[in-house]
Amino acid sequence: MALFRAIKKRFVETGWLKQRNGVIAIPYLWLLLFFLVPFAIVLKISFAETEIAIPPYTDLATFEDGHLMIDLNLGNYAYLFSDDLYLTAYLSSIRIALVSTLLCLLIGYPMALAISRAPASTRNVLLLLVILPSWTSFLIRIYAWIGILKPNGYINNLLLSMGLIDEPIIMLHTDFAVYVGIVYAYLPFMILPLYANMMKLDHSLVEASSDLGASPVTTLFRIIVPLTKAGIIAGCMLVFIPAVGEFVIPELLGGPETLMIGKVLWEEFFNNRDWPVASAVAIIMLALLIIPIMWFDRIQNKQMEQA
Amino acid sequence: MRFSFSKMMLWLGLAFLYAPMLILIIYSFNESRLVTVWAGFSTKWYGELMRNDKLLDAVGNSLKIAFLAATASVVLGTLAAFVLARFKRFKGSTLLRGMITAPLVMPEVITGLSLLLLFVAMAQLVGWPASRGMTTIWIAHTTFCTAYVAVVVGSRLTEMDMSVEEAAQDLGATPVKVFFNITLPIITPALVSGWLLAFTLSLDDLVIASFVSGPGSTTLPMVVFSSVRLGVSPEINALATIIITLVTLLVFASWYYARRVEKSRIRDQLAAKES
Repeated sequence: MALFRAIKKRFVETGWLKQRNGVIAIPYLWLLLFFLVPFAIVLKISFAETEIAIPPYTDLATFEDGHLMIDLNLGNYAYLFSDDLYLTAYLSSIRIALVSTLLCLLIGYPMALAISRAPASTRNVLLLLVILPSWTSFLIRIYAWIGILKPNGYINNLLLSMGLIDEPIIMLHTDFAVYVGIVYAYLPFMILPLYANMMKLDHSLVEASSDLGASPVTTLFRIIVPLTKAGIIAGCMLVFIPAVGEFVIPELLGGPETLMIGKVLWEEFFNNRDWPVASAVAIIMLALLIIPIMWFDRIQNKQMEQA
Repeated sequence: MRFSFSKMMLWLGLAFLYAPMLILIIYSFNESRLVTVWAGFSTKWYGELMRNDKLLDAVGNSLKIAFLAATASVVLGTLAAFVLARFKRFKGSTLLRGMITAPLVMPEVITGLSLLLLFVAMAQLVGWPASRGMTTIWIAHTTFCTAYVAVVVGSRLTEMDMSVEEAAQDLGATPVKVFFNITLPIITPALVSGWLLAFTLSLDDLVIASFVSGPGSTTLPMVVFSSVRLGVSPEINALATIIITLVTLLVFASWYYARRVEKSRIRDQLAAKES
């Protein structure tokens, strides 16, 4: 209690300005140290070489005979560009993430629209139903699809027993399963920003459009979709960016030919113990994602300032 | 026409979201070890689960980390949200905003790798953390949960009626007093849901924890992952059922709580207007 009083007294004495700086400093320093600085270290280590040591990489700067030697090794990057595996993995990650994002948008947009048009009392329950799965374990929800999709899984058992197919369809460990997994896991993240944006929509514009004789489809594409552009972008970024680096879904549902860069990074790090190459893989992934991330950041900030 | 189409999509979408979980729950009561063939009702897999020491240890670790990470991230996230919503622009406020939004979308493998390399570099430079384990996982989880809490609390702060805060300030309350006596009670529901969100996110994280963990700090998702890699098993179904049930109860409880708070707030406002 005495300590508390002393802290309080200090707060009062030092005045508002110092308190203000203190309040800013706590989260600022934490995020600086544990979010931003780590990227600088990843960048640094991407220029190092592997070494059998602890930690398993060389130092960039050495001091010999009064000379400071900085040894930047571009070999990791050259290696990434010389081996087709990495280029293919980057391209197929972007392709898989793009297609999944589009599927999420196609499924999520009408869902968000239906929720935003439901009566106020059911709206909250529907929203809760959409969010609830994303609160339960991600791993468990992906795991559920193994049982559904595998050759002797629920879908194949059902189709076989109905006599629709003679032998099981191979679905697990294919790109198809990866798409299902990503859409399933990320759908709520698409619906939430869309819904938030639709709730702000000025309904008189929609009514005006239909009063003036526009068909519902015209109203949808010429009024509602353009007005919810911010929600569409935010939702797409929330799905696309993490999906590019996804590891769990391609690992559990994908097959050996499913190349995704998150899985490649994981294997470089854990299986090959090549920290410098893993770092270079991460740096190039970041370089690819920096524009979408900044775009998302801008949309988020605009919405915060508007509110 | 469009109206009914979007409604149909909503129901199909909800069915898509819930069917896999329902199947998991139903088959967790299956007698047979073959998960996909029904062989009668049994609760034996739940008993099996209770005897799995490795798993129970991991549950303990996960709960400990999630509790501490959620608590720390509520403090940090609320401070960050308050700074961004209430302080006028300062040097570096754009960077702070960026550091709050970027973790929401950052691929986990990048976050995990970068934090691990930070911990290794720090150990070399200042000798801490000497080894990786619960503390490093706690730091990692606190960092990414802070971003989520800041978004949840931030949207509540921008929504709320600022005139109450201004009135208190005009009547001579210090900023600290305004924060603790006015702002904090109003945003409490957001703090509760932010805490719960952070708790479940931490409990669920596999990728980041795998990078920054050390010997003796295996968390629940790591145990689940290593057994899921080997294929489906009825124990995991039982575990999934327990997790889904707990989360559902928790989410509904917090939703009910938030609704009650909101309702009483509206009632108070109406009463204040009438008098």
